[in-house]
Amino acid sequence: MSNVTTMNRGGAGEGTAVAQAASASDVVSMTVAGQLFGIPVQAVQDVLGPQRITRVPLAPGEVAGSLNLRGRIVTAIDVRRRLRLEPRPKDQPGMNVVVESSGELYSLIVDQVGEVLSLPVASYERNPATLDPVWREVSGGIHRLKEGLLLMVDVSRLIGAAKAEAA
Amino acid sequence: MDDLLREFLTETTESIAVLDVELVKLEQNPNDPGMLNNIFRLVHTIKGTCGFLGLPRLEAVAHSAENVLGKVRDGEMQVTPKAISLILKALDRIKSLVAELEATEAEPAGEDSDLTSQLNALAEGRDAADAPAEEAPVDAPAAAASPAEAPKSAEPAKAAEPAKAKKAKPAGSLYERFGGDSMVDATVDAAFQSVAGDKVLKALIDGVDMDLLQGHLRDYMVKSLGSINRYKPADLSKLFQPAVAKGFGSPQFALLSAHVEAALKMLEVQPDVMAEVLPLFAGVKDDLLAGEKAAPKNAVVAKGDGAPAKAAEAKESTVAGQSIRVHVDLLENLMTMVSELVLTRNQLLQILRSQQESEFAAPLQRLSQVTSELQEGVMKTRMQPIGNAWAKLPRIVRDLSLELNKKIELQMLGAETELDRQVLELIRDPLTHMVRNSGDHGIEMPADRAAAGKPETGTITLNAYHEGGHIIIEIADDGRGLNTAKIKAKAVASGLATEAELEEMSEQQIHMFIFRAGFSTAAQVTAVSGRGVGMDVVRTNIEKIGGTVELRSREGKGTTAVIKIPLTLAIVSALIVECAGERFAIPQMSVLELVRASSTSEHVIENINGAPVMRLRDRLLPLVSLRDLLKLTEGEAKAAKDEHYIVVAQVGTFTFGIMVDRVFDTEEIVVKPVAPILRHIPMFSGNTILGDGSVIMILDPNGIASAASGERATGDAVGDAASAGAHTYGDGEKVAILTFRAGDNGPKAVPLALIARLEEFEVEKIEAVGDRRVMQYRGKLMPLIPIEPGYKPIESGRQPVLVFADGDRTMGLLVDEIIDVVEERLQVELSASRPGVIGTAVISGKSTELLDAGHYLTLAFGDWFARGTLPEEKRRQKRLLLVEDSAFFRHMITPVLSVAGYEVTAVGNPQKALELCEKGLDVDVIVSDIEMPGMNGFEFASAVRNSARWGKLPILALSSNTAPEHVERGRAAGFDDYVAKSDRDALLASLEQTMAADGADA
Repeated sequence: MSNVTTMNRGGAGEGTAVAQAASASDVVSMTVAGQLFGIPVQAVQDVLGPQRITRVPLAPGEVAGSLNLRGRIVTAIDVRRRLRLEPRPKDQPGMNVVVESSGELYSLIVDQVGEVLSLPVASYERNPATLDPVWREVSGGIHRLKEGLLLMVDVSRLIGAAKAEAA
Repeated sequence: MDDLLREFLTETTESIAVLDVELVKLEQNPNDPGMLNNIFRLVHTIKGTCGFLGLPRLEAVAHSAENVLGKVRDGEMQVTPKAISLILKALDRIKSLVAELEATEAEPAGEDSDLTSQLNALAEGRDAADAPAEEAPVDAPAAAASPAEAPKSAEPAKAAEPAKAKKAKPAGSLYERFGGDSMVDATVDAAFQSVAGDKVLKALIDGVDMDLLQGHLRDYMVKSLGSINRYKPADLSKLFQPAVAKGFGSPQFALLSAHVEAALKMLEVQPDVMAEVLPLFAGVKDDLLAGEKAAPKNAVVAKGDGAPAKAAEAKESTVAGQSIRVHVDLLENLMTMVSELVLTRNQLLQILRSQQESEFAAPLQRLSQVTSELQEGVMKTRMQPIGNAWAKLPRIVRDLSLELNKKIELQMLGAETELDRQVLELIRDPLTHMVRNSGDHGIEMPADRAAAGKPETGTITLNAYHEGGHIIIEIADDGRGLNTAKIKAKAVASGLATEAELEEMSEQQIHMFIFRAGFSTAAQVTAVSGRGVGMDVVRTNIEKIGGTVELRSREGKGTTAVIKIPLTLAIVSALIVECAGERFAIPQMSVLELVRASSTSEHVIENINGAPVMRLRDRLLPLVSLRDLLKLTEGEAKAAKDEHYIVVAQVGTFTFGIMVDRVFDTEEIVVKPVAPILRHIPMFSGNTILGDGSVIMILDPNGIASAASGERATGDAVGDAASAGAHTYGDGEKVAILTFRAGDNGPKAVPLALIARLEEFEVEKIEAVGDRRVMQYRGKLMPLIPIEPGYKPIESGRQPVLVFADGDRTMGLLVDEIIDVVEERLQVELSASRPGVIGTAVISGKSTELLDAGHYLTLAFGDWFARGTLPEEKRRQKRLLLVEDSAFFRHMITPVLSVAGYEVTAVGNPQKALELCEKGLDVDVIVSDIEMPGMNGFEFASAVRNSARWGKLPILALSSNTAPEHVERGRAAGFDDYVAKSDRDALLASLEQTMAADGADA
């Protein structure tokens, strides 16, 4: 069967709240396998709870499937799989962060979505040279935070790379 | 954007499109006054509206073009290609100005005196080349009724500023002294410009079509001045009636006359001429106001102040248009909403189905019906004749022929065929490109054509028609055709295929290379086409909308491209199936039927070396497991599962079954494209959201078929001998062969095409009649023949039987075990060591005996050979000459023909056949193979046709390649009919028909 999980309508509401808090240096924080990631608030369309996802056979590995977001079909990309991490534990359904890339909607499946953080420019740092190539590809730099290191996700590279692999 | 401006842009764009076509037509029929008038009117309207809107550049260009057209219309000038070219150039300028206008809402700066001076010079009868960019001289000698000079575009728009009138010569008719048609036009234009500024009058005549009104007044004036009479008083009265109903009476007419007078003055008309013209104009009053009495009594007649009266009813009744302009976005929006409505309706119906009894049932049925009707209606609003996509082509072809110095004629058939707007948009460019290609690469230079014995003028034919939910568009040229050798060379050079691969391809397959990216055989890249981009884009675009494109080409005779596209993309009916817990949609269009298969049902899935097949009626149906194809690994209960559903699908001529676990309902779905990162998967044509809100992938039968046959080509599965095309017979060709074990002399084989069915029978059901075995099969007794006299059949369990059938007779060959179906190139070592064996061949690495089916047929039915398919009276044995290089096939087909009552002489090559002809062999009919070494079948047929003795004999072609272009070529070479090698029944039927026709002739 497909990864059927319960629909969480509350997710959509969170999305609006996020959108309102938008400003240039604000990022939506999220965690994947314990690592903190950030996506600029403007890039995020929606944050949804676990969704019913239709598997797409023969799709590239990181594509978890397709889901229906208010009548639009959204391609779900499992960030864990994209980053070559272990699969998410079965009891942890994952959250959807919906982003747009060249007119198409994609949902990035992450473990948890956190708060919107305002990041000072001073905390920004370029990718360390030792970063794994797969990670370096999708990382737009690092922010040093009290809570830990936050990796900025380059959304188009995260999806674009998936595209390139597919082609 | 200003509404008025938008309206103008839409209208002008449409007019230009029409003009493009009409001008090209005019060039071909220079003497058609109707066409000329239409063109003149369109250009005039553009000019008039530009003036009205204050667009000086546009107006200047249109005006100059109109001058030239006016001359032509008045018979003062001939239609010449040069004049048309110049006017087309003016149109192009107008187009670019309009485009700019659309983008920026303002006319671009600049001026067009380069063009207008040429046009003016032409209008004045001077050669455009030496036309200076100065104002036209006031006293142009040649043109007595010389028109106005164009307002210089550099001047800002005094929009209506008309031309200065030429000084009238004292002599001549009033018409001539006034200044002819162009002066009338100028006057009417100017008058209406000033009317437009007159609030009182404008309000009254608001509901009247200004173009028509001006036209009528113009006609009236021309008539009154003593020239041609085109004036229709009744039409004018009718047209003007709404204004009359609003209160346009005598006082208002006086106002109008004043405007006309002012216009005449502005145009510097001589006072004496004016004195004569004005009373003439007054004469139109009665016609204009004729509607006054007819106007409804209750219409409020406006008083002297001329305030507009509300007489809406009267206005509506006369001018309410039969059509309205709606923005396409609105329609698109409607379509989207209807699609959503359809989905919601489906959802409701699904809920309803789960309810036993519901009070909603009746209203929901009604809702469903209305929704369907609504959907249909909205779809219709999107339908447009395909001619819209062709509108530009005549112009393109004309320009092309001038540019390339070729003579090309464009024929367009079925332009009224309607298809969805969206589809139309998507095929517009591919079509244009293909027509260009035909003109550029296809059609030869006139000299070359003449040398080849063809008319100098090449023809490109477009033909569109409906065919079962599809639109077929053919683009045919009678040019040089595709050069197969060149394409081959290019394919090898660019690494697309190896020589060996090309050897195996049919001509058609080779031709398809031109659709590959970066493939252009044009030796020289021309400006028109052939930059190596294009044809691949054409194909991609067509395939994107679910269409296909095929090529038929014969060297020297021309090329035809056949495009097949769906009528609409928006909503399709699809079958929802499930496999391994996932649901998929299959477009209903490609589904032939559904079959349930389980070990207990009538249909059983069998395996041949792991490849699943099923017997469906009298055919073996190759099956594709969706689970394997899509690598669906979940739901491991696969082995235990016995029941399957088979979706029998057809793609082109290839029929196959898709194995799925469950079949749900059909649903109307809205096809949405898949995300770019999934687009590389050929199995899916899109995805959609179902009634229950879940996303579902839409399977692409094309993709599945090619994936399935791709696996097939690797050799371990059953092919569909009749349809797959790659299955051929004879030495050195691939043949689908069934191998089996029977008796003790190793594996045996027989061509799959000869076998009607594979069966397994309970041994108990086999009965013995004397020393022969028979069994009841499909209500008849079927003789069962052992493979050799001493053969011991299986004693218990199930007996495999190969069933041969001919008409209503069947024969079973008892075998031990069916091994496999393979496709191999056969090298047959002939040996006549034993009856019933043709020889041996190496199949799947093993030496295998090839059976002679004919031998067993005689064993089963002693009279099988004597039995003919010809009617009794024609039973005198017909003598048949079989020319076939493949010994294997000669042996296979000879018994079949003998059985049908022919006296067969078989030879191995055409040379031998021709020798026999010289030696005086008499035959009644010739059957010949096509692909033969040395002399091929086409050459042989021509040779026979040219021979004195056999020239009139019927000849049938026998070939593994029955592609349409081959069939055509065969017919051209002199063959009477063309039959697929594998199709025994067709051969016999064709023979019978040919002989019957021949008999009737004799």
